[in-house]
Amino acid sequence: MAKFRKDRSDEGQNINTASLPDIVFMLLFFFMVATTMKTSDPKLKIKAPNATEVVKLEKKRLVSYILVGKPTETWQPIYGSSPRIQLNDLISEKEDIITFVELEKAPLPEELKQALTVSLKVDSEVKMGIVSDIKIELRKANALKVNYSTKQGKVTE
Amino acid sequence: MGKSSRRIPEINAGSMADIAFLLLIFFLVTTTMDTDKGIAITLPPYTQDSEVVPSIDRNVLEILVNSRDALLVEGELISITELTKVTREFLTNNGVNPNLSVSPQVAIVSLKNDRSTSYDIYIKVQNELKRAYNELRNEEAQRRYGKDFEDLANKYQKVIGDVYPIKLSEAEMENIEGAN
Repeated sequence: MAKFRKDRSDEGQNINTASLPDIVFMLLFFFMVATTMKTSDPKLKIKAPNATEVVKLEKKRLVSYILVGKPTETWQPIYGSSPRIQLNDLISEKEDIITFVELEKAPLPEELKQALTVSLKVDSEVKMGIVSDIKIELRKANALKVNYSTKQGKVTE
Repeated sequence: MGKSSRRIPEINAGSMADIAFLLLIFFLVTTTMDTDKGIAITLPPYTQDSEVVPSIDRNVLEILVNSRDALLVEGELISITELTKVTREFLTNNGVNPNLSVSPQVAIVSLKNDRSTSYDIYIKVQNELKRAYNELRNEEAQRRYGKDFEDLANKYQKVIGDVYPIKLSEAEMENIEGAN
């Protein structure tokens, strides 16, 4: 006890930080596993509707995204304020969808081409006309697996 | 102790935390947390000629959604909360009621909406229909195997899937009310 008191009086108390890297690495690995890379910057404002009967989208490699919604305020001077379609980073027209699907399918091996899933991220205020046009284009492009992106949650009236 | 540390100098690990923090912050900034979820559907293949809309008979549950997001099922105006119940009754009728389906295997749900129907209500309808099918499949799976449909092996899922096949027909969009 006497010795302990003597140590303290001699030099300032040091906190042992040897385990700090371990803690930070643990956090790092957690985030590496639990998150995914951002793919593209959305130019559209999308608030997905809620649904309860949802399935998870697995195999990111086989998923392509089509975004539909009103352009965000920064992009409104260029793209207007009515709902538009975004494929990857580009605001596109519905006629571009067939080419887009072809390009997305191109790097996949032959047996997985049919497994390509198109995730439709559509704002809940969008009207069905534009969505149904996209569906027809997807059928023409033979991309028949579709996932309507929704949040999991209670459906409100 | 003092002697040995002089001979083999320790590597200074003080900056290890800084390096790890740097990596951590990099991953925090460049990645997103959300896993994508949604309602999965399969579209029918594209055909050149206009789609054969199933004729009105007892095996077709006709759902219309108009531009004001009102729901008309088999000619009756109902609210979205009743849709699951109505669909279940239609599917599990097994020939009892002469106006409803003969068996779940031949039952078709036909969904029509206007071009100015909102996406919100469309997803709600899809969700309710999916819920009706999921409930029936789960009940059947519990009855036969004592497990939920999700937890079954693929071949058993197929058995249950054949008992309650999801036959959803979405007719080409038309302007039900002629407007817009």
